[in-house]
Amino acid sequence: MTPLLQVRDIAKFYGGRIGCTDVSFDLYPGEVLGIVGESGSGKSTLLNCLAGHLPPDQGEVLFDTRADGPRDTVTMSEPERRMLGRTDWAFVHQHARDGLRMGVSAGGNVGERLMAVGACHYGDIREQALDWLDRVEISGDRIDDRPSAFSGGMQQRLQIARNLVTGPRLVFMDEPTGGLDVSVQARLLDLLRGLVRDMGLSAIIVTHDLAVVRLLADRLMVMKSGHVVEQGLTDQVLDDPQHGYTQLLVSSVLQV
Amino acid sequence: MSDYNFAYLDEQTKRMIRRAILKGLAVPGYQVPFASREMPMPYGWGTGGVQVSAAVLCPEDTMKVIDQGADDTTNAVSIRKFFENTAEVATTEATEEADVIQTRHRIPEQDLREDQILVYQVPIPEPLRFLEPSEVETRKMHALEEYGLMHVKLYEDIARNGAIATAYAYPVKVEGRYVMDPSPIPKFDNPKLEMAAVQLFGAGREQRIYALPPYTQVVSLDFEDHPFDPSKADHPCALCGSEDSYLDEVIMDDSGRRMFVCSDTDYCQSRRMAGHVGTEGVPFEEASL
Amino acid sequence: MIEIRDLEKSFILHNQGAAVIPVMAGAHLDVAAGECVGLTGVSGAGKSTLMRMIYGNYLANGGSIKVGEVDVARAEPREILTLRREVLGYVSQFLRVVPRVPTLTVVAEPLLALGTPVAEAEARAKELLSQLNIPERLWSLSPTTFSGGEQQRVNIARGFAHRYPALLLDEPTASLDAKNREVVLSLIEDAKAGGAAIIGIFHDEAARDRVCDRVVDVTGFTPVRAA
Repeated sequence: MTPLLQVRDIAKFYGGRIGCTDVSFDLYPGEVLGIVGESGSGKSTLLNCLAGHLPPDQGEVLFDTRADGPRDTVTMSEPERRMLGRTDWAFVHQHARDGLRMGVSAGGNVGERLMAVGACHYGDIREQALDWLDRVEISGDRIDDRPSAFSGGMQQRLQIARNLVTGPRLVFMDEPTGGLDVSVQARLLDLLRGLVRDMGLSAIIVTHDLAVVRLLADRLMVMKSGHVVEQGLTDQVLDDPQHGYTQLLVSSVLQV
Repeated sequence: MSDYNFAYLDEQTKRMIRRAILKGLAVPGYQVPFASREMPMPYGWGTGGVQVSAAVLCPEDTMKVIDQGADDTTNAVSIRKFFENTAEVATTEATEEADVIQTRHRIPEQDLREDQILVYQVPIPEPLRFLEPSEVETRKMHALEEYGLMHVKLYEDIARNGAIATAYAYPVKVEGRYVMDPSPIPKFDNPKLEMAAVQLFGAGREQRIYALPPYTQVVSLDFEDHPFDPSKADHPCALCGSEDSYLDEVIMDDSGRRMFVCSDTDYCQSRRMAGHVGTEGVPFEEASL
Repeated sequence: MIEIRDLEKSFILHNQGAAVIPVMAGAHLDVAAGECVGLTGVSGAGKSTLMRMIYGNYLANGGSIKVGEVDVARAEPREILTLRREVLGYVSQFLRVVPRVPTLTVVAEPLLALGTPVAEAEARAKELLSQLNIPERLWSLSPTTFSGGEQQRVNIARGFAHRYPALLLDEPTASLDAKNREVVLSLIEDAKAGGAAIIGIFHDEAARDRVCDRVVDVTGFTPVRAA
């Protein structure tokens, strides 16, 4: 089986400071990879390098494209990369307002990616938008409301619907449950797990919440000061951490 | 001759603007940046159109200026005077006599010819502006033909109003490539954008020029199940009886009585001269001009 | 089915002066298909540690753990994930699930992950939940709100939903009443009869004697600790 994503020796520097360095891994179809670490550990920098939002200074990010097999998205032309960004890739931002058009209705937000790839039948677009609102548990009668009238959890679910409507194969998520209260988080986690399973999605989730990765991620990567200090099966890394930093991280979690 | 150079602008500036115009004609629908000059009128009063007109006018040309279809409104009169003073060109109100027609918000009803130039005054040249505020991003979207957002705007219209409610500045796709704002003309005029004359668009404050060469394909954006509809008020002109011209609604008195008349004053007058009379019109001979 | 050779494990506590705690050395164990082996030994002898290592939850420091064709001690994470999905089941003492997910889905999940049609997976889940006497009115609720015994039974139902060829059971009958204990034991017997290789920890000696073909005392795998 070809990995969906092959990351080879990615590095990003901010002047003399390390953003992230020496990062390599493979992600297979259907796998969910969690990236954890404290603020400033380089996990968001890495995610942005992988998703094509930041040009890395070094390394390759090979994505298994539908048409031509593995292609390096770092050296790929910008139009091709942006095309991936609205078809096979999805990016879920921590703050829903970064990923939504706040002045456009829920239906328009979900429909945008469809229209971006050429859909031009209003009835069909609306039908698909309704279907997706239903899948993320937003009532159909809210389709013409703007996201500014939604709660934080609904905005986040709308952002997910907007991203998944074109059936992407790889989803990047930056703290998808951050800033939501716990009951809303649980609902979102359940939704994400169902979607990952039903659509066969691969996902890379950046978070500092170890409980979230335990429930969502198959594999885990622990970052510190721009370096990957440990990676492996999620439950193995959390229950039998090998690196001193991971041990500290795991033992620092408050228990309820 | 006055103290001004011909048509106000200096020759270097006119060359620069002509280069932008030529580039615009070579890439129909593409917004060419140009170094817009200070003009002796405020932004919003047609500074872009005036600079384009100044760059294409020749001394032997006859010029016509219209504002919302009318030759006799303040904006039209002052721009016409401007060129009478600075270029000493002949001016006219008759569409067929004009070589260069500068317009704000209308296309003349009468078909234009290949030897005519239509110059539009454009307030905001960027059709994507109200959905995407970043200029860097919109230029990238044009470059990469990422026009999904334009349909989002139309989608919102239908979702909110049951039909595409955009009635003016209705976006078009030029030669299957660039999406273009046709300036705030009513969507009724959109089909006329495919014409024999050269069309030039000037936005002074935004410093952009774009163009449509003769017979360029211009398609109004729409949905398969909500096709483009160049609708107008469902009345004949009260003065000339025309059934197929764009109409202005005029409120007649405090009790709300109203009248619909051609917005193209020259067209309306020509029809009345030819003997057409509407319900509230009088035969042309008896009308006092 | 399960072959363990020279297995070693020690914990290194980096944040406590890099203290090294050896917990296992030279572990050997074979479990054939259709066989059930009980692990015994005093508390802290390493029964759960051994189970967790077989499941890939703890990392082995040396030796091999072959489950079918896969050596868990050396396998890539995704090989272990496949193994856990298809071959190796684990009933732990703790139920760890996403809050809010209905019990029925929790139990059906291992089958859904294998691509079993929803109706079929849910039918199997319903069958197990009825067998284990979880009242039907609870099926649509999240098990996170259940009592300890109910959670334990949901956990067992989930562990037996897919007929795994290899199964690890950590105190499956603890905190169960006689009726449910009987159900669990018969589930284990059915699994054995179906050819599953089972390793279990049973403090309930009667249960151990009934389902286990033999017992292995893990104290023999415990390294002699330096004083």
